[in-house]
Order: sequence, then C-alpha cells, then structure tokens
Amino acid sequence: MGPLVPNIISNEFNFIVALFIGIAFGAILEQAGFSTSKKLVGLFYGYDFTVLRVFFTAGFTAMVGVMALEHFGLLDINLTYINPTFLTSAIVGGLIMGLGFVIGGFCPGTSVCAAAIGKIDGMIFIVGTSIGVLIFAEGYPLWEELYKAHNLGYLRIFDTLGISQTLFGFLLTSVALIAFWVTSIIENKVNGVERKPIRFTPYYIGITAFGILIACSALLFPPRKAALMEKVEDNNFVENYNLKEMTVDEFAFRIVDNDKTMQVFDFRPLEEYNKHSLPLSMPFKVDNFFEKEPSQILSLRHKTKVFIANDELTERKVAIIAQELGYDNIEVLQGGLEKFNSDIINFIPVKAPVTQVEKDTYKFREKAKVLLPVLIEQHKSKGPVVKKLKRVIGGC
Amino acid sequence: MEKTKYMNPYLAGFLLGLLLIATIYITGRGLGASGAVKSFTIATIEKVAPEHTANTEYYKEYSEAHKGSPLKNWLVFEVIGVLIGAFISGLVSDRLNFKLEHNPKIKSKTRIVGALIGGLLFGFGAQLGRGCTSGAALSGMAVMSTGGIITMIGIFGGAYAFAYFFRKLWL
Repeated sequence: MGPLVPNIISNEFNFIVALFIGIAFGAILEQAGFSTSKKLVGLFYGYDFTVLRVFFTAGFTAMVGVMALEHFGLLDINLTYINPTFLTSAIVGGLIMGLGFVIGGFCPGTSVCAAAIGKIDGMIFIVGTSIGVLIFAEGYPLWEELYKAHNLGYLRIFDTLGISQTLFGFLLTSVALIAFWVTSIIENKVNGVERKPIRFTPYYIGITAFGILIACSALLFPPRKAALMEKVEDNNFVENYNLKEMTVDEFAFRIVDNDKTMQVFDFRPLEEYNKHSLPLSMPFKVDNFFEKEPSQILSLRHKTKVFIANDELTERKVAIIAQELGYDNIEVLQGGLEKFNSDIINFIPVKAPVTQVEKDTYKFREKAKVLLPVLIEQHKSKGPVVKKLKRVIGGC
Repeated sequence: MEKTKYMNPYLAGFLLGLLLIATIYITGRGLGASGAVKSFTIATIEKVAPEHTANTEYYKEYSEAHKGSPLKNWLVFEVIGVLIGAFISGLVSDRLNFKLEHNPKIKSKTRIVGALIGGLLFGFGAQLGRGCTSGAALSGMAVMSTGGIITMIGIFGGAYAFAYFFRKLWL
C-alpha cells in the first residue's frame, strides 16, 4: 500500500526519486510551452488558454487517479500530504500570488523552466521570488498572526461542500470540460479566428470522449470504506454470507493451548478491551483495515485470524469487510463473546452429560473456566504496542 | 532558427496528471517549486549571517521543523530535476536561447522590474499561502484539499482581477 516512502523506498533514495520526478516535471512544463511568459499570461487576457487546459487536465486526471488508488486500497490517504486549510492566509496569499503572476508573467515552477532554457526574465523572477521569501522571513512577526489564523486542519473540499467525493470529482471534471470549450470560443474571438464553435473532427470527438470517460470514472471510485460499510448495513446479506465459524470450545482450547497460529482481533471498543482482553488478541477497528501499518498483520498467511466482538452480527460485518478487501483465513467466533462468556467463562452444566462427546466437552469447560480468568488477568498487564505512522510533510 | 511547436495542451496536462499520481503514490506528497527557492534562500542567509538566523524567530522555527541542511530537501532535488528536464526539452525542441523576452512595446528595463516585483510578490504570497501554483493549487486539487483549492481560486481570481491594470505590460 502506498505511499512507498519510507518502507519500500527509503528516505535517502527518495531524493533521487525527486530528481527524476523533477526532470519529468520540467520536461512536461517546457514542452507545454510554460517557459514563456507570453503564453502564460495569455490566460488572463484571453488570447491563449493553454495554461487552463494543461492545468485542469492535470488536476482532474490526478484527482481521479488518486481516488482510484484509494478505492483499490493502494494508497493510504491518511498518510498522504493534504494541504492544511488556513482560510485567511490561503485567500490573501493567493491574491498576492495572482498579482505577482500578471506583473511578473511567471509562477515559481514555470520561471525555473524559463531560466533553464536561457530566459533572463525567468532568472530575474527567481531572484525576485528569493527576495520575497526573505521579506517574509525577516518580517515574520508582522504577519505571523495572519499566517496562522483560521486553521481548519486537513480539510477536504467535498466535506466542506457536503457532497460525496465521487460527485465532486465528476462535477469538477465536467466544469473543466465545459470551460475548455467556452474558452476556445473566447480565444478564437480575441485572436480574430473564424471557426465554428462546435466542430465534429476526429480530434475534438476523441478529446471530448476521453474527457467524459475520465469524468464518469470519477463516479466509479467511491472511497472503499464507505462502499463496504454500506454493503454490510444489510443484515440479511450479512447473515447469509459464507464465513468460517469457530466454536467457542475450539476457541477456548486454542487460547488455553497458547496456539500461536491463531491471531485474535478484538473489535470491541478500546475501553472494554483495556478492562479485560484475551491472550493472543489485539484491539482492532474497522478503520485499521484501510491503514497501511495495521493492515499488515492481517496479511500474515499462516495465521488463522479470528474476529471477535460481543455479538456475532458485528463479527460477521467486520469479517465480510476484511474478506471483501482480500484478506483470507478469517474466522468468526460462533455466538460472539456473549456465548463464549456464558458457555465457557461462566459455565454451568444444565443437565448431566450423556454422550462421550458431551462428557469431554463438559470436562474441558470446567477446566477452561478456571484457567481462562487467570490468563485474562495475565494478559491485562501488557497492552498492545502501537506503531503510529505519520502523515508525509509536503507543500512548498 | 526554426522553432518546433509545443505539445498538445491536453496531452501535456494528462501526462502531468499521471506524473502527479505517481508522485503521490511513491512519496505521499505532491509536486512543488517555491519551497526550493525558500530552502535556497534560507541556506544562503544561514551561511552569510549565522548569528542573525540563530536569533530570528522564523529561521528558528524552520530549522526546528527541518532537521539538517535546508538544502537536503525533497523540493530542492525536484527543482534541480526541473532545471535539467526543462533544459533537455529546450535542447530537443531547439528553444535554448539567452534572451530577455518581453513585449516589444515596453522597454527591457520595464520587463526586468516587472519580473523582479512579480517574483517578489509570488515568493511572499507562496509563503503566506503555504505553496504556489504547483505545491498548493495543483497538488492541493489532486488530493482535494480545501485550502489548496481556495489558494488556486485566489491565484487565478487575483490574476484576472488585476490583469486589467497591467495590460500595457503584455498587450
């Protein structure tokens, strides 16, 4: 699961990756024509909308791509850098940058491209940027308050607008496509080019079809968690889903036996887990399935993973989510911890055992009834080791 | 010198989008640019006036957040890459040329002052807005950050709002 840094790609090697990403970035910007201020400011005077086309095509492609990665469980969005929202400084900073854009004709990335191919105005722009940073640093106490005002945290736009992630992706892509069309009409008008507003050439049909395809695929990638949670809302579906079940006796036996091939995932609230928990168990929540670090333990193939909760329905729900996510070797405890408590921990034989099996079972339960509380008491002292991964720090 | 044409903007945008997806998948962060200029500036000031940086709040906050040399920074490596990539692209498309590009209706001096002031404002604004067109607007949009999208609207909205007053520079 991504991001690949720092587990698969080390922090050191990441710098080399940065260099190659930069080379591709610089080459694409230069090829798109972003190394000349004439083309860049065309956007603001209506004679060249290249920037809009490149910028928004890149934006919605990346947005839908990130949604797809998240949907297929390839990217842990909680570890990805989400630009924090500081309302005041985002607006004021944005407006100042806008002013800088029309006066200077570049933005920092494009000025670097321009400088790389020998544009002196690009180099001067970089010098200017450096002075701007210096002024910000030296006068920091003056605007520190503004800089840190209205911190709203790692806000996502669809939450702000109160719509689903997929709908936002679809809407933004659609708006961008319409903007491409409208601006091409404006561009032709400004440049005095006589062309029909709608042209059915293979080129335009192809581009439109591709754009619509991306817009629609935004709808195909709901965040996985939401989709699965919705699926297990249906109790009928949950009860009929084919899952392996473990009887309370087998479960108790393996715990007493300290069977290390079994890993117990306790889905009760953490407070309950902290009060008393079983040996071989660890606390777990549904959210953990979608996180990079905790989900690794679920991938251990040789272990039987037993999901426990107070009732079997809850167990089945989380087990279905795990199975749908592709984890295997999962079993649920038959009857949940409620049955485990009544049949094992608080075992009272209701009738005299008749068959040999019943006799053995009763004998075992009597024994387990004594052993288990001791094991539970011993397990209490340890507490799980939690390894927390931090969100990547990004931004400029 | 015969100059080759630019790439189709939609293709360039699509490739840039794929690059951004790969960047986020590999590193967990987006693209950027102004941060490298910042690292470079801070490294220079630290070298020139170490006493000053040790006593000034901003530099102290920065060195607390970024261990080691300011130049050992992801964006510095990335921007060095941008220089190389753009240079290669310029070489391939025969666009390498030392020149000060400006509207023939304005003087070279006007363009120099404009580029300097524009850069200055962009540098300042990018610090305040926590990122520039790449780091905040584009990368913020990819991860659907509200702050990034607000900054994007600020940049483009601001540019349109002020464009009229500076039309003589370009038209």
